[in-house]
Amino acid sequence: MDATFTIRVNGNEHRLTTDPDRPLLDVLREDLHLNGTHYGCGAGDCGACSVLVDGKRIFSCSTAINEVAEVAGTEAAGQSITTIEGLSNGAKLHPVQQAFLDEGAFQCGYCTPGMIVAATALLKEKPSPSDAEIIEGMNGNICRCCGYARMISAIRRAAEQNGGAK
Amino acid sequence: MNTPISDPLGNPTSTGQVEDEPESGEQTQLNRRQFLQSLGAGLLLAVIVPVDALAQERPPRGSGPNRTANEATLAARLHINEHGRITVMTGKVEGGQGARAQIAQAVAEELRVSPEMIDVIMADTALTPDDGGTHGSQTTPRTIPAVRRAASAARDLLLSAAAAKLGVALGELEARNGQIVNVANVRIKQELTYGQIATDVANSKAFTASPSRDIQISAVADWKVLGTSVPHPNARALVTGRHFYPSDYGGPLVLHGAVLRPPAYRAKLKSVDLEPAKNTPDVASVVRDGDFVGVAARTSLAARRAIESLEKSAEWDTTAVVPANTTNVYDHLRQNVRGGADAIKNPYADELTRSTASLRSEYRVAYIQHAPMEPRAAVAHFDGDRLTVWTGTQHPFDVRNELVRALNIDSPDKVRVIVPDFGGGFGGKHSGEVAIEAARLARAAGYAVRLVWTRAEEFAWAYFRPAGVMLAEANLAEDGSIDSWFYRNINSGNSGIASPYRAARNNTQFVQSEAPLRQGSYRALAATANHFARESFIDELAVLAKDDPLNFRLKHLGDERMIAVLRAAAEKGGYAATRLLKSVGTGVGIACGTEKGSFVAACAKVQIAPDGKSFRVTHICQTYECGKIMNPANCLSQVQGGLIMGLGGALYEEVEFDAGVIKNGNFTDYRVPRIADLPTMDIHLLDRPDLPSVGAGETPIIAIAPAIANAIYHATGKRIRQMPIRLDPA
Repeated sequence: MDATFTIRVNGNEHRLTTDPDRPLLDVLREDLHLNGTHYGCGAGDCGACSVLVDGKRIFSCSTAINEVAEVAGTEAAGQSITTIEGLSNGAKLHPVQQAFLDEGAFQCGYCTPGMIVAATALLKEKPSPSDAEIIEGMNGNICRCCGYARMISAIRRAAEQNGGAK
Repeated sequence: MNTPISDPLGNPTSTGQVEDEPESGEQTQLNRRQFLQSLGAGLLLAVIVPVDALAQERPPRGSGPNRTANEATLAARLHINEHGRITVMTGKVEGGQGARAQIAQAVAEELRVSPEMIDVIMADTALTPDDGGTHGSQTTPRTIPAVRRAASAARDLLLSAAAAKLGVALGELEARNGQIVNVANVRIKQELTYGQIATDVANSKAFTASPSRDIQISAVADWKVLGTSVPHPNARALVTGRHFYPSDYGGPLVLHGAVLRPPAYRAKLKSVDLEPAKNTPDVASVVRDGDFVGVAARTSLAARRAIESLEKSAEWDTTAVVPANTTNVYDHLRQNVRGGADAIKNPYADELTRSTASLRSEYRVAYIQHAPMEPRAAVAHFDGDRLTVWTGTQHPFDVRNELVRALNIDSPDKVRVIVPDFGGGFGGKHSGEVAIEAARLARAAGYAVRLVWTRAEEFAWAYFRPAGVMLAEANLAEDGSIDSWFYRNINSGNSGIASPYRAARNNTQFVQSEAPLRQGSYRALAATANHFARESFIDELAVLAKDDPLNFRLKHLGDERMIAVLRAAAEKGGYAATRLLKSVGTGVGIACGTEKGSFVAACAKVQIAPDGKSFRVTHICQTYECGKIMNPANCLSQVQGGLIMGLGGALYEEVEFDAGVIKNGNFTDYRVPRIADLPTMDIHLLDRPDLPSVGAGETPIIAIAPAIANAIYHATGKRIRQMPIRLDPA
């Protein structure tokens, strides 16, 4: 049965009536047309669908809409969702985005939004991560072009510029 | 950036510079005239470059794919608008390999402008010439020279037009920075912008040229843009999530599709009850056409639920299913070899028997999957009887033809295939199945449909890199040279099969077999299998000859380029010292190879776990040479990425299957390289300005597996003849 939800994404509230089992990823892409969050596996195995929920990285492909939205007529409070589109401030890129851009840390770029979101969450928790912490924090994200070396450089660069510390 | 060009669904075009939200466009099929209007006033050039004029740029060796009719000539279309912005139209696609930047560089170089002045429109069958697909590392050695000649012809045209306009001799003018400038007489400032000339010339007519054979392209020593690390033109859109991949098209104007899949490869649909799907909430359309059954729904969850309802009643004929599985597939391939036992019989068998130093080995590579991060995806939209499809494919024009046939459309002109920069191909996106499926669903629904394959579908229903059995047999003469060399590749393919090692007699062939799974192309295709087998076997022969593997190779190699990469990898990878000071549980191995005209060598170090059951690759030094490097940063990305992708096939990747059913079709059970798998990498690009540039997207993948297998032998004395390489198969 469809239910009515209020979902807060990138600071905007959206009200929609839909199937409560739908993955957050599908709602972002199919209803809100926020295409920067990508489908990769549907099972939380690859990180392409990463978004921030109250600052923490989650896999939107395996999170149902009713887990993160405010459900009309219930106590369930909505959480604040940030997608790749919400990271930059107008024309000014988020420091992690800027670091990925400066390092050219992408090939096809399909995994890149998920990588940037995951790195943003990582740097928020650990503003100056060691290489081991970068690897641990990013191992849930697959880049099939295997451009990992540049990603590590980009995250180091963002950390040096204190990108995630704010 | 230039104004976004409208298309039937109001999406941005594939210039890759998607910065703004898409503007809503007209709901009409775009024709070329409208398109040119949208580019603004200016000059359009269609330049035909005969392929034989490019002969000197062709790689001296290597087995590229067969040339199609479309490739007999390479056309390049250029447009210069009134502001001097240059648009180049190419049938090539961008799937992360860096073609877009390199094509922009090629035009910028010859037209003497900065690459920011170039917009590249790629792979749109309504706008771009048919360049015969993007595969086999052909963009660098074939497309780039054609584009450079076209741009060079454009520069000549601009110079001639300016000379006429200014009333000066051609020799007094020079093209620089988007202007034609009188350089002979610097006291009077005499110059015309490209925009001024283009609008002037365009008053007469669009220009079609076949440049003369001796058209001048810039010498490497004069390069200003080529040879530099020009970034990905749509880099900013990639980091902001604003780039539109094929699976992003359609916006609010699409239904979401899903397709009923057989339980096993080669199973045929006998019957299915469509009613439950039709009754699923939010389902707009259910269609069956022969074996094809699909639905279109308001959400993709509704579409998947409708398919689940069909799976309950579907009955399948499984008599054609091949009963092979992960374990017995190698016996299956051997037993079903085309031509029977004779096809794999060594004509030098007697020599082997008589010789005191002979060797026979068999190597195996598993079926693996490309698993690009963006699964196959297409958005299909009918406007009357005209069809537009956005899809991620390496062959836009072939996919257009596939659509024409599959949907019985009476003319290819009624089908437009647009390939936005897509999320990875690796040789896996040559075909148009998802485009056809989306188009069938769109036709049935009377509405645009977006179809994105699930990861499980991508693992099970996309074609695989073929498994193979490689037979290698040789004997050594008294002096340690190779007397006879016999080699068969069963099923996996021909690429990279030719041995670079001198042998008095050589009999090398690829033979086909009966494939239990659907198989096709892959990054470097069989060059990986053939190099794994050959570079392992040559190591075994070195042991037989009681020689050092590096020495033995060097004695039998002739090609100076191969020798150069091999020596460099050994030197920079610390090969000799590690051989000499070998400590318990460590080993070093080396391997080299060539494919598609470029050369690679790898020196790998491994550490064996104390229990002897597992190992770690601790260090890889890889040297790579692809002639003159056109974009060093992109080349390095390709070499790093290829190396690590090769590590996946070397150590982890194997499709598990049984009787046509894929058993590990997800990223938990099918392990691809992750960031934690990254070994210490030491990569050296050997730039050769004296040699023509060749593609770098494939060859860096081929040397890593044999280098690791050889290092394991050095560490343990155990020879692993199977990819993925496992010390303890159980």
